[in-house]
Amino acid sequence: MRHLPATTNRRRAVLALAGFVGIGFLSPAHSGDWRQFRGNDANSIAQGENLPTELSGGSIAWKVELPGRGLSGPIAVDQQVFLTASSGYSQDRLHILSIDAETGETQWERQFEATGRTGCHPKMCMATPTPASDGERVFAFYSSSDLICTDLAGNLQWYRGFGAEYRNASNSLGMSSSPIVIGSTVIVQAESEAEAFAAGVDTVTGETKWKIDRPRKANWTSPTILPAANGRPALALLQSSAGLSAVDPETGNVVWTFGNGASTIPSSLVVDGTVVIPSNGLTTIRPSSDGTTFEDVWKSSNLGPSTPSPVVINGLTITVNSAGALSAGDMATGKRLWQLRLKGKFSGTPLASNGHLFFFNEAGYAFVVRPEREKGEIVSELDLAETILCSPAASDNALYVRSDGHLWKFSEQR
Amino acid sequence: MNRFTIPLATLCLVAPAFADDSADAIRALQSVGEHATGAAEARTALQTLKQGGAANLLPVLKAFNGSSKLAANWLRSTFEAIADTEQKAGRGLPKGDLLAFVKDTSESPSARRLAFEWLLKRSPQLEDELIPGMLLDPSPDFRRDAVKRLIDQAAAANADAAVALYAKAMTGAVHEDQVKTIAKALKDAGEEVNISRHFGFLTKWKIIGPFDNKDQKGFPVVYPPETKLDLTAEYDGQLGKVKWESIATDDDYGVLDIGKQIENYKGSLMYTTTTWQSEKDQAVEIRLGTPNAWKLWVNGALMFEREEYHRGTRLDQYKVPVSLKAGQNTILVKICQNEQEQDWAQDYQFQLRVCDRTGAAVLPVTQAAANNTPRKEIR
Repeated sequence: MRHLPATTNRRRAVLALAGFVGIGFLSPAHSGDWRQFRGNDANSIAQGENLPTELSGGSIAWKVELPGRGLSGPIAVDQQVFLTASSGYSQDRLHILSIDAETGETQWERQFEATGRTGCHPKMCMATPTPASDGERVFAFYSSSDLICTDLAGNLQWYRGFGAEYRNASNSLGMSSSPIVIGSTVIVQAESEAEAFAAGVDTVTGETKWKIDRPRKANWTSPTILPAANGRPALALLQSSAGLSAVDPETGNVVWTFGNGASTIPSSLVVDGTVVIPSNGLTTIRPSSDGTTFEDVWKSSNLGPSTPSPVVINGLTITVNSAGALSAGDMATGKRLWQLRLKGKFSGTPLASNGHLFFFNEAGYAFVVRPEREKGEIVSELDLAETILCSPAASDNALYVRSDGHLWKFSEQR
Repeated sequence: MNRFTIPLATLCLVAPAFADDSADAIRALQSVGEHATGAAEARTALQTLKQGGAANLLPVLKAFNGSSKLAANWLRSTFEAIADTEQKAGRGLPKGDLLAFVKDTSESPSARRLAFEWLLKRSPQLEDELIPGMLLDPSPDFRRDAVKRLIDQAAAANADAAVALYAKAMTGAVHEDQVKTIAKALKDAGEEVNISRHFGFLTKWKIIGPFDNKDQKGFPVVYPPETKLDLTAEYDGQLGKVKWESIATDDDYGVLDIGKQIENYKGSLMYTTTTWQSEKDQAVEIRLGTPNAWKLWVNGALMFEREEYHRGTRLDQYKVPVSLKAGQNTILVKICQNEQEQDWAQDYQFQLRVCDRTGAAVLPVTQAAANNTPRKEIR
């Protein structure tokens, strides 16, 4: 039997307390957890982590071979790293892997056969959405709209074949929206021109708590979280070409809507109560303290992101355009302060930690950038020589990134 | 009393109880449904079967047959949980039973492949022993492996031997990439290859249109061909009177290119129909590729519809399971073009084939045989 670290019991106690007092936010995480796409708060900020900034071959703690392709990023719960992959001629074999964070050994792997459509653009694959966890379970979502829940030991808990239940819930180019967990609800968006909905699924039973119609337009964005504040429960923010909707994660009721349109690829994020939306370049709004409405803050046409979602660090908004140019804007005003040329194209969203940004371009180049008020500086580069399309993860002072073939762990040299 | 009596009696009592528990557990896994129905029972069943250990591996695999895809995933995950536990405990899997199961083509292709892959972990030589005999296997994965071996052998063989190996490989090939590789090699060697027939594309159609689809409003509109298929009729179309015309394609991949062969009427839709003679009642897949919105009817029944424009097209983009009746079957397709102006949004086309679940063509009976079947008027 695997011995759980002491933190697990503490975490369970906190979870129980959170449930008792009705805290409607992602279950309190172990300090080293990275539980979903762009981290616990879905904003790409790795709080309290101290990642290696001098990336080199020597900072690679381990590199493991993967059984299939994936644009999905890794997540981490305690000392387990979870990852999805897809394989087979038709990309219909769906994998979930649990990897020991310390050793890189595969602890378990489960495979499934997609129940929804598996065709997509060659650049994409079924394992495009990043999985999520509530600290007790893993929720693996795929482009085929299969949503699979296992416990941390790999035991299947429930299986939703949204692609079979709603047969037009697919996009012929592929789907990429990653799920988020808020309280006891895992929230997914399956949106295309043929059919579009968002659903809140009970994390324990797999049953649908709510399902709402969404704009019938192709949409690759992921939901994000407006954290609980001032006694107001957390809200899910669902983005589409129409804009951004704040949704009660328990009921699916729409609380407010930002209707000025938004991108269908990079996703919004929330930092310190401000929502940063890829809309008309970049737009920020500030929800009211009771969460029922919002006010406009600023709009900047020259901070528009391409595929990677925006990040906020040191009071700067960071975006990357399709030419690989990083733009830094003043988070208070939206004024563009400086630009920095990186190499190549980017699909993955950078990660912000210990005053640095961690980028991986599509060609497999890693860039560590130190952004300051006046300028940004590349402090280290590393060529991993494999196509990388995922967003990296941070856990317990280590950085994780995957390609179609491998998963890497970077940590300080010992 | 014999000292073995009590344990034996206990076993006699307990073993059937275990068997009953396992059978009930397997039924619970097979009973899962959409919307997570039966998941709670299935979670318990998985643990019951896991505790039963390796003895449950074969029954779990056998339960794949007749189970839904969803249930098969529960069965698969249960198999993996048991096998994983057994191997980590240093216990072997029941190799003989699993091997026999892999060889039994009446069993589920997915389950056979699962058993094969677990056997390979400890017995990699099985690949050489089994795969060469799986060229026409009901599992597309096994077929693919067998075809690959022949392609590799052909690439290393002399010219005459290579042609024979490629020709043999073609008999089992169901995937586009392998068919393309083989076809190119055979054509380069001067051999004739009929790719369209190999895949089972339908190449001869009747077509009528254009009907109005401005602002993409025509998709839900029920134009006359949807209610009555009369190939002699004339209707009011988008640009005037329209009537059924013959159209055919000689494209290797069966692409009927409305935009090039007729005209790329923007904001329009067309109906195409053909007949397919089946020698028996049979379940097949109709596989369609198109970048346009579409609806498909078989013998007057709507099989599927999809309103998506210009998100790419490819062979076997959509797989629609259908039941064909013995004799003549009527296939009707509605193809819709919108008014997007981008270069990448101008295609107005589709390709359609009839195949089995492996992707191997299912061909209509020959014209001679068809002539022996009473024909019905398409009205």
